[in-house]
Amino acid sequence: MLATITREDVYHALEQVMDPEIPVLSVIDLGMITGVEITEGQPVLVRMIPTFAACPAVSYIKDNIRTVVEKALGIAVTVEIDKQVHWESNRMTAAAKEKLKNFGIAPPPVLEGDVRPEIMLNTPCPHCGSEHTYLRSPFGSTLCRAIHYCKSCGQVFEQFKPLE
Amino acid sequence: MISNAALTDLIIKMADDELIQGHRNSEWTGLGPVMEEDIAFSSMAQDKIGHAWALYRILHENLGGEDPDRFAFMRPEKDFRCSHLVEMPNGGYDFSLMRHFLFDHAETVRYESLQDSSFEPFQLLSKKIKGELKYHTLHANAFIMQLSKASEEGYARMQTALNDTIALAAGVFEPSAAHEEALMAEKVYPGEKELYHRWLDRIYPVLVKASLNLPDMNTITPVYGGRQGFHTTHLAPLLKEMGEVFNLDTEASW
Repeated sequence: MLATITREDVYHALEQVMDPEIPVLSVIDLGMITGVEITEGQPVLVRMIPTFAACPAVSYIKDNIRTVVEKALGIAVTVEIDKQVHWESNRMTAAAKEKLKNFGIAPPPVLEGDVRPEIMLNTPCPHCGSEHTYLRSPFGSTLCRAIHYCKSCGQVFEQFKPLE
Repeated sequence: MISNAALTDLIIKMADDELIQGHRNSEWTGLGPVMEEDIAFSSMAQDKIGHAWALYRILHENLGGEDPDRFAFMRPEKDFRCSHLVEMPNGGYDFSLMRHFLFDHAETVRYESLQDSSFEPFQLLSKKIKGELKYHTLHANAFIMQLSKASEEGYARMQTALNDTIALAAGVFEPSAAHEEALMAEKVYPGEKELYHRWLDRIYPVLVKASLNLPDMNTITPVYGGRQGFHTTHLAPLLKEMGEVFNLDTEASW
């Protein structure tokens, strides 16, 4: 049974594991998966990384990965936190950024080098697309979000922060 | 080879600062002067406590230390190594904000330096923490400038807060009598004196932009003692409150 399961099968199953704080994004969309290992006679090993060090959802996501993949593929799964890799917002796929925008959260811009304060200015509004916006707070309803205000449509909106 | 005792001493200081400052930040939850500030201090609390936890985990996994939760919540006061700066009660928003500014820049230069540490777990963790701290200093710098320029009262209060906090903040860089030289020789980190100078280089330009006067540092006596286990009277009640739920049932599974 195990021999017939490929890494692609596992990645495919992982697309069904959604982030509890942003339910339109999967752990694949977010770039949280750093590796999948299949060794005969052993549980499939999935390596993952949290977005922020203090993310309170990590153990919840870990459990979710295990249960969803086990159920989809009928195999035993072990999930490990990968300490060799750290999450940065550039790990998020372009498709994920589009989904995020449609969900009403401004996606992080692509980072070239370190985060500088200027990068938080004129973030395009996910509702009307205007860049006539300002940063109200670098902190939001979850650790990964900042709060902006759009002067064009008069709405407060959240952004998934760029992280280096 | 650096001794486990020297590494342990350094990690406990850093982690205890994070934990206690994180707890102080959390005391603003529900009380912030505006909604965004309430959220900001609550988020920073969460980050700081997360960083403390990551450091306690390094102690536990790499250096044979105790379980992180038990270590955080069950230690007697004398075994804590936090600086007096983080122990101080929040006071008014002026004091809290100035402490946040001085402390987060101190952390930033520390974690930046640890990227080149000879102790591998520091390299990995510091990259992560340094990125997150960007938002803490961004927030602090913006508010220091905004409040200093807002009105005469705002300016006077920020200058007073700076005068009241600077000796405490300088005390963050208290070197260890027993381990400092070994930690520097083994390139674990550049040492407290070097970090202190890098910190001054970071805070000075922001203070200038805010037209605040940095007191003459040669006339300041840094407030030491926390790193040796001598604490202010404010720490014991904080620890009691922080550990209250955990200590109701230390074996409970969360």
